[in-house]
Amino acid sequence: MAAAEDPIPVPPAGDPPGAVDRVRPGGPTRVGVPQPRARVVLAEVSGREDRAARTRTELAQQTRVGEALVKGLVRAQLALALRLSLVVMIGLGGLPWLFAIAPAVGRVTVLGVKLPWLLLGVASFPFLIAVGWAYVRLAERNEQDFTDLVQRPER
Amino acid sequence: MGNALVVPAIVAVTLVTVAIGFYGLRLARTTSDFLVASRVISPTWNAAAIGGEYLSAASFLGVAGLILKYGVDVLWYPVGFAAGYLALLLFVAAPLRRSGAFTLPDFCEVRLGSRRLRILATAFVIFIGWLYLVPQLQGAGLTLSTVTGSAYPVGAVLVAVVVTTNVALGGMRAVTFVQAFQYWLKLTALAVPAIFLALQWQADARPAVTPPDGPTFRTATTVVVEHPATLTLPDGEIRKVRPGEELSFAAGEPVPEVSGVAIRASDWLLPSTAGNDDRGLFATYSLILATFLGTMGLPHVLVRFYTNPDGAAARRTTLVVLALVGAFYLLPTLYGVLGRIYTPQLLVTGQTDAVVVLLPGAALGHSTTARLLAALVAAGAFAAFLSTSSGLLTSVAGVISTDVLGRGSVRGFRLAAVIAGAVPLVLALNVSGLDVSQVVGLAFAVAASSFCPLLVLGIWWRGLTDLGAAAGVLVGGGAAIAAVLVTVIGPPLSGWPATLVAQPAAWTVPLAFTVTVAVSMATRRRVPADIGATMLRLHAPDALRL
Repeated sequence: MAAAEDPIPVPPAGDPPGAVDRVRPGGPTRVGVPQPRARVVLAEVSGREDRAARTRTELAQQTRVGEALVKGLVRAQLALALRLSLVVMIGLGGLPWLFAIAPAVGRVTVLGVKLPWLLLGVASFPFLIAVGWAYVRLAERNEQDFTDLVQRPER
Repeated sequence: MGNALVVPAIVAVTLVTVAIGFYGLRLARTTSDFLVASRVISPTWNAAAIGGEYLSAASFLGVAGLILKYGVDVLWYPVGFAAGYLALLLFVAAPLRRSGAFTLPDFCEVRLGSRRLRILATAFVIFIGWLYLVPQLQGAGLTLSTVTGSAYPVGAVLVAVVVTTNVALGGMRAVTFVQAFQYWLKLTALAVPAIFLALQWQADARPAVTPPDGPTFRTATTVVVEHPATLTLPDGEIRKVRPGEELSFAAGEPVPEVSGVAIRASDWLLPSTAGNDDRGLFATYSLILATFLGTMGLPHVLVRFYTNPDGAAARRTTLVVLALVGAFYLLPTLYGVLGRIYTPQLLVTGQTDAVVVLLPGAALGHSTTARLLAALVAAGAFAAFLSTSSGLLTSVAGVISTDVLGRGSVRGFRLAAVIAGAVPLVLALNVSGLDVSQVVGLAFAVAASSFCPLLVLGIWWRGLTDLGAAAGVLVGGGAAIAAVLVTVIGPPLSGWPATLVAQPAAWTVPLAFTVTVAVSMATRRRVPADIGATMLRLHAPDALRL
């Protein structure tokens, strides 16, 4: 009940990559002295932040642009999940059917063990993990693409 | 029986569980600590905890017992139990975490804003939780009576009391540490004896798992029948046996054919084929559907996701869980297979669930190593009962304290934990005829037919309405619950009706999805006005801080 209204905790990250490095003073002897070059970079960063913030506002306020962006992301993630489920449906879900229509496949012996035992008892687990690993990578890439789109300096 | 190391091992596991619980109590100070461990648990700890919580009596004992009894067709149980986490990862993990909801009822309110749907979901969470808790307590009772000869209620009461106390005092923060510890204990408890068993099998000149004449007794064995069955003796005589009857077999004598058990090598070794066994194929696909889609609907699995800091962490945690659980499920198969050689008497007694506990003693004899290994396995089995029951109890108690008692205080949570633990204990003490693996399978079917459509459509489809979700849960989940009740207390069925009721998921899950979509489309005007904002919240990358 209370937890439902909690704000979503987020990691403290969010600065564009490299920003922190570039504003750091050049050498140990100049610590504490404001650097003109750093100020220019900071201005540029804050300008980009403004644009990113504007896009975020567009997203949050459900403008047509924001809505279309989110729909695109959801569609991409769903398509990814469905494609990988199809891989599992064929790779694992096809096995009972295969064994049923072609009993000879079930009688094949590999390394002294019947093929169905090897496929189900051993091979299925690395297969599932591999599909999961691929999903995590690809889903994070989809999210990175979305983040880049939203935070792109010129739109 | 007669192993003096078993009781100390079980006591040690119980004491360590309680000790870690109290350590957690010192850290848990606020209601948030109790419910979601303040959401600061690292992915590795969290993954081990999820794995520890998930590997229940059904995984630790039941899978090996089923394989001993039925052979290759039931390998779909461990595959499905693991694949459930893949479905969870693909469709639910990250968006669910980002929704900020803590329980399934919370999700209903966040996504659809309906109080009535929330109440319905609460009822289903409690039903599934209790349905899953009863076989855990029963497994504890059966295991303790198998290894120590104690009365059946002792184990059930022991586990119920320890778990209820621990959850009530420490809450989930404590549970996380306990669960993570118990995952590694369970893996060790199966892996180390498995190495010794494999070596022993080599030393015994690798006896065939499926000898041409069927399994035989290696030593002279006296069998006490535990479940009624019809035996076909080698000379062709057909004999009905009742519980309590004693049968003696000489060394080298073949195991009689037992009704309902795959004794013949071809039945056990090869998958069911088309034509002569369409019902077997239907049951297999039904099982696949229930386990693949049911995991995401289990209340104690979902509740863990709120302890991840963000959606990306939830995703990575799930992947680690998939790997941990997959590694574990390589082991029970080995026990089931070696059980054909070393403990064939279980096929006659019907107590195949005991194979994991009895195999070390049967294969390795009475040496000190064998007794240590047997004690380790018994400790692992207890870890399985304790951890799954803790997780289930935490989630059921969480739902009862917020939705039924209506207060989010620590005292309310403790009261709820006592209520949540007492009901299944009473049930477990009174219904001892249920089969552990079967009931767990039915819990998966109910979860797959009620919460899976709600979660998947709620996360990915804007058109879901509160009425559509409620109709889907009521029709799909209701049909699955009806199948459970008929299986447990109804008349014995045969033929297709028996298959449809014993493995209902293949028709109840599509039914639930169809009803949900159809009713939602008919009530299109009830789509929440803030659906755009909700979808953004569920799917936007964590880094955007929206």
